[in-house]
Amino acid sequence: MSLSIRLTINGAPRDIALEDARVTLLDLLRERLALPGTKKGCDRGQCGACTVIVNGKRVNSCLTLAATLDGAQVTTIEGLATGDRLHPVQEAFIEQDGFQCGYCTPGQIMSAVGLIAEGRAGDDPERIREGMSGNICRCAAYHGITLAVQEATRRMAEAEKGDAA
Amino acid sequence: MPDTLAHPVRFGSNAGQPVTRRDGIAKVTGTATFTADNSPENLLHAVYVPATIARGRVTHLDVAAAEAHPGVTMVMTPGNRPALQGDPSAKPTMFSFRIEVLQDDSVRYAGQPIALVLGETLEAATEGARLLNPRYAAEPARTRIDDDEAAPVEPGGFGRPAGVEHGDVAAGHAAATKAIDVTYETSAQYHNAMETHAVVAQWEGDKLSLDVPSQALLMSCAGYAYFFGIPAENVTIRAPYLGGGFGSKAIPTGPQVLAILAAKETGRPVKLMLTRQQMFGPVGHRGATRQRLRLGIDDGAALTVIDHEGLAATSSFDDFVEPAANASQGLYAAGALRSAHRAVRLDVGTPGPMRAPGEASGSAALECAMDEMAEAAGIDPLEFRLRNYAETEPGTGKPYSSKALRECYMQGAERFGWSGRPLLPRQMKDENGLLTGWGMGTALFPCPMFAADARATLRSDGSALVETSAIDMGQGAWTALAQIAADSLGLPLDMVEFRAGHSSLPDGGVAGGSGHTATAGGALHAAGGDVIRQLGEIAAADPESPLHGAGNAAFSARDGRLYVDGDDSRSDSFADILARAGSAELVGNGSASRAPEDAEKFSMHSHGAVFAEVKVDPDLCQVRVTRMVGAFAAGRIINPKLAESQLLGGMIWGISFALHEEAKHDPRTGRIVNADFAGYHVPVNADVTGLEVLTVHEDDPYVNALGIKGVGEIGIVGSVGAIANAIWHATGHRIRRFPIRIEDLLTA
Repeated sequence: MSLSIRLTINGAPRDIALEDARVTLLDLLRERLALPGTKKGCDRGQCGACTVIVNGKRVNSCLTLAATLDGAQVTTIEGLATGDRLHPVQEAFIEQDGFQCGYCTPGQIMSAVGLIAEGRAGDDPERIREGMSGNICRCAAYHGITLAVQEATRRMAEAEKGDAA
Repeated sequence: MPDTLAHPVRFGSNAGQPVTRRDGIAKVTGTATFTADNSPENLLHAVYVPATIARGRVTHLDVAAAEAHPGVTMVMTPGNRPALQGDPSAKPTMFSFRIEVLQDDSVRYAGQPIALVLGETLEAATEGARLLNPRYAAEPARTRIDDDEAAPVEPGGFGRPAGVEHGDVAAGHAAATKAIDVTYETSAQYHNAMETHAVVAQWEGDKLSLDVPSQALLMSCAGYAYFFGIPAENVTIRAPYLGGGFGSKAIPTGPQVLAILAAKETGRPVKLMLTRQQMFGPVGHRGATRQRLRLGIDDGAALTVIDHEGLAATSSFDDFVEPAANASQGLYAAGALRSAHRAVRLDVGTPGPMRAPGEASGSAALECAMDEMAEAAGIDPLEFRLRNYAETEPGTGKPYSSKALRECYMQGAERFGWSGRPLLPRQMKDENGLLTGWGMGTALFPCPMFAADARATLRSDGSALVETSAIDMGQGAWTALAQIAADSLGLPLDMVEFRAGHSSLPDGGVAGGSGHTATAGGALHAAGGDVIRQLGEIAAADPESPLHGAGNAAFSARDGRLYVDGDDSRSDSFADILARAGSAELVGNGSASRAPEDAEKFSMHSHGAVFAEVKVDPDLCQVRVTRMVGAFAAGRIINPKLAESQLLGGMIWGISFALHEEAKHDPRTGRIVNADFAGYHVPVNADVTGLEVLTVHEDDPYVNALGIKGVGEIGIVGSVGAIANAIWHATGHRIRRFPIRIEDLLTA
């Protein structure tokens, strides 16, 4: 059986010959496309470590079968920075110490990017905490994560204002 | 407090600064490489099959069905498992457990490996494992603490804690004018680092190369080497980053050994990554306890006795008895002290050290008992603790190397606003009608040191390379240790390249016991000092150096230059000293461990005080922790930003212990029914609000040359009791089992 799909991953089109319908997007990225930045924490959508952006929305890549994604745009942690210039969310995570071991961090950051794009939390810490609660951090760097999302939200809003003006 | 400095303590320009993580960019861009991120060419994927009963025998595995599945390359069972050179029941290194590696068809706990399936793809191996469809001859499982008889623990080092007795315990009980006798229970908890246990194993002849998360690289090399009958130096471990450890990643486990064996057998690299469900069994946990505490006080509310008995669950085949009762022995000045441990054997995986082993569970019970005693005495819980403040170590009378606990109490209480607390429970409500309560707990954690080595190489351009096989599992080793190294060399941080996380480097010791920064940092400090010493000798002997002939004076190093102490007009740059000597580089070595005479003379502990506010819905009994202040004195803080993160993390583990974590067994099968993140609750972001950490200044001249005590575990210690006591203060109910559940409060 061969299931060919075409994905745009981090801006680059990829034709992928998939021989197995069971392959999840997470395992496709990690085991077949040499993009192991996206992490496996539970493999059943309970921890958020595998969060990526698909067609503009944050999803658990462990619960998404690759074969269902023909034509999709996928952004992973590897595609967030522009060259050496970090994404504002990445910068804010470093500044606010929004991680310790770093394992859940790619998922936290992609989830934060998704949350900010959803535009429902603003810089309200309680809404950010709620909106980030699908991403477990066992080191419990939640304090820094909340501050980082707040900070990045503000900076991105200011940058947008600057662009508009 | 000691008033003389036994060792010179250096205060430089790097250590002490809240530098952001040097591995930050790697971690936010996805380029930090964790074990399972490695995929060498020609890789096979391994999936292990966990037992789904807790006690009995495997009678059948459908090996033919698994082997027939396309892509499955090998099915390893007790029937065909290749020989291991080492005995799986042996304990080859200091911290070892008996492991399950398909040595027979018996099942000793649910989750134990009963087969290993290899496939060309992860999907094929996963399906092959499912097709094995095991059948069993099951026996009744013992999974609750009353399911078998308790027996005293025969003390014997790691996992078999001795009891302690000081003073006349019977007299202490008799002298009490008020006494309490209370029993607290704590649940089985599983570490659940976000990165599950994994290994990528490759053999080349009799040389073994491993990517494996390890909290003790050199010790793990020795452990793996033992099972395969090769010298430890034939094993190489790469572990630049651990996705959390919490005590569970210090030693080889059965599934990892099986994957390495499969790599040897097939001649191909093998990757194994445990599923989240498989983390509940073969990789350790915090064993359940039941603790009885009898406390007595005299008319002045001075403790006459602390009598603490712990019962802990261990496995049917190995010993790790949670040393919970010992947590009460070093803290409060009581006329008499006793701790004793008993164990019960259950059909569970062997417990092991989990963040603050002993202290977390023991302190949870002790701090609640102290609160109950204060209530009986009719005095404020903080005042009660101050009245029983230990100026020297209880029982032994040893002086503390340093102890700023009183300052922790005062600063924490001030910040929290403790003085406004009503003495009686159920007095406070918030604007929404939620019952509000304030509680506190004391935190205590020992500061052990292990042994470590390090090397520092000064290069001709004046920069340096520093190396030790240190481990970063989130505590910030890549940053804090580099800060120490830079300081020891008198170099700015960006002039120091730091290498760690590889077993070929000098032995960085064990990342455990909150002692890694002190130990590996101590070795780096000594290695840097060795470089500076040699540099001084070269310069003093060099007629062209401004330092010529100053050999009798002390030198100090800063910003890449060597200065005559007290005379800034005489200095020479590192690069110039090396250039004139014609040296391309200068190598210094260092090692660190605790000075035995200091260990003998002093009691060495970190201390802290935690204050918590909870709000409880009066009808639904839902509990929310709304505010916590933790004040900690832990010696010298190398990086306040990272230390604060670790302490906050520990306090959140306290919330987790008090309100969330519990592995529940199905009594019929013995299986854990909530073995995943949907059922096994840990705090998420929405559970965490209003937390604050204060670090209290403390100079400790004895604990080690750098004065570092460690902050990795103490955060959890006082927090559990503080929350439980706040719940009592809000509701008037003492719930004596953890986690505290809604139904306990509803039916209280």
